[in-house]
Amino acid sequence: MGDAADQFFVNLLHRAVGTLPAGLRPILSSLISVVAILSVFAFLFAVTTVLERKGLGRIQNRYGPNRVGPLGFLQPIADGIKSLTKEDIVPHSADRVVHFLAPLVLVFAAFSLYAVLPIGRNMVLADLNAGVLFFFAVSSVMELTIFMAGWSSRNKYSLLGAMRAIAQMISYEVPLILSSVTVVMAAGSLSTVDIVERQAGYTGFFPHWFVFTPWGFAGFLLFLIAATAESNRSPFDLPEGESEIVAGYYTEYSGFKFALFFLGEYLGLFAISGLGITLFLGGWAAPFSFLTWVPSYLWFFAKLILLIALFIWVRGTLPRLRMDQLMNFAWKFMLPMALLNLVTTAVWHFLAQGVVRWVVCILMIVVAYVLLGRSLMHGSRLEKRVYRFAE
Amino acid sequence: MLGEGIVKGMVETARNFFGSYVSKDRLTTVQFPEERLPSIEATRDFPFLVYDGEDWQAGMRCVACQICEKECPPKCIYIEKSKDKKADAVGKPQFYPAVFNIDVSVCMSCQICVEVCPFEAIKMDNEFELSTDDRFEGLLWDKARLSKPNAHYQNIHPTDAAASDAILAEEKAKAEAKTKAAADPKSNATLASALQTASSTQ
Repeated sequence: MGDAADQFFVNLLHRAVGTLPAGLRPILSSLISVVAILSVFAFLFAVTTVLERKGLGRIQNRYGPNRVGPLGFLQPIADGIKSLTKEDIVPHSADRVVHFLAPLVLVFAAFSLYAVLPIGRNMVLADLNAGVLFFFAVSSVMELTIFMAGWSSRNKYSLLGAMRAIAQMISYEVPLILSSVTVVMAAGSLSTVDIVERQAGYTGFFPHWFVFTPWGFAGFLLFLIAATAESNRSPFDLPEGESEIVAGYYTEYSGFKFALFFLGEYLGLFAISGLGITLFLGGWAAPFSFLTWVPSYLWFFAKLILLIALFIWVRGTLPRLRMDQLMNFAWKFMLPMALLNLVTTAVWHFLAQGVVRWVVCILMIVVAYVLLGRSLMHGSRLEKRVYRFAE
Repeated sequence: MLGEGIVKGMVETARNFFGSYVSKDRLTTVQFPEERLPSIEATRDFPFLVYDGEDWQAGMRCVACQICEKECPPKCIYIEKSKDKKADAVGKPQFYPAVFNIDVSVCMSCQICVEVCPFEAIKMDNEFELSTDDRFEGLLWDKARLSKPNAHYQNIHPTDAAASDAILAEEKAKAEAKTKAAADPKSNATLASALQTASSTQ
């Protein structure tokens, strides 16, 4: 039955844990779940690296990696072997302890984020009352590790890259959190499990996902843009600006530590996509009521893969934003829109169900978007240059 | 409106992505060495010596005049004349090269040797995958390595080979006419044909 497939892994875990001594069951159950999360998301990371390179290649009218293994899918193994066999260089004057710890803490924090994401029905590692708060707190640790990396390298370019990265990440935390707060307001709880439960109902065919409301849609867009900036992904990848300051804050890292940074960033990307799915896209809920027979974890991963594809698509399309463009965008556009989104959510909540609230909320968001957009693009008209010569 | 450009850009990249699976226009990669671009007729890489017929030593057109050796800018050609003579492409007994070496690592493919050769004996080949692990002798080619049949020349440069064959045919005809005229007993015909050859070579 659908339920057996849906609860397959939950039952498997129960049976496995049942064979173990009673006193150790809670901790062993958590350990097994942790190992499962580690392996699944590490595998997803490997597949994403090769899919990204192939996807970007096709967007750029070329093949991606297609020599290692069938269609190039064993490329991550080749990359892994390469990064493991490279010499681990630590600059002479670098702070060895912090230099060593930075990638480790990054990966540790990135993996901890998955604890509060409900991957399927009854499939969350830690059902915290304040899951969303935990998520944002731990993602701030990731920002800290970037600073650790830049500072400990004792290299002015790494430090510059780290400073830019942190400025960017802090600026984009604000709209990220504000757009998540709208969801918390609507669901009435900080617990990720409750938020997904709230979105798991259907009216007729259509799901109750928050993205299908005006404030949810705007919030989801804001969330996606802020998530791209949080993960230092194109078009917000100035800190790692490959063509500008070598590799930015991880210039001084080689071999496996570099691979760990890479891993940590991608895991952060998956985690924040997972949070976006949980908050706006209904988590593990099926998109239509007649599709609920498909297991819940498959829906979660399908949505995750769609979001990853979207990130790859955006990366292949947009040029890198300059630092000042990036900061202006965060503070002058995203923040006002996020605040307005909060108000819109409240208006939505307090108006009665019906066409009126749709019209009012859509108008509020669209009018603000157009006006803000116009005022921001105001100065970008190119005019004829006027020269003034010395008399 | 804000965001319009981004949406248009994303539509274009999506078109590129899906188009790359269906049309060659959107995926122009030629995966060397399994696939190759078609060779252009005017390609030139390194010289080779042309021979007519089956025997590469008897049919070699080169008469060791050493013009190419003198004209070669990096001086990569080394020629030693033979002591005896053999018939050349036109039929006249000429010296031939006992040693004809080209150092291909020095050759810069300028084609000057081809341009100055009066005997259509040296032409440009189109082979470029010539890597060797023999540092010393691997890229110093002797006349055996350099000799290739006229059929090969006609294959790689059809138009040039046709022109070259036409020139050689004309010279052969002239030489035959001269020998035929010389074979006749002394007569006005000899003088007339001698005058004719003199005026035609001007």
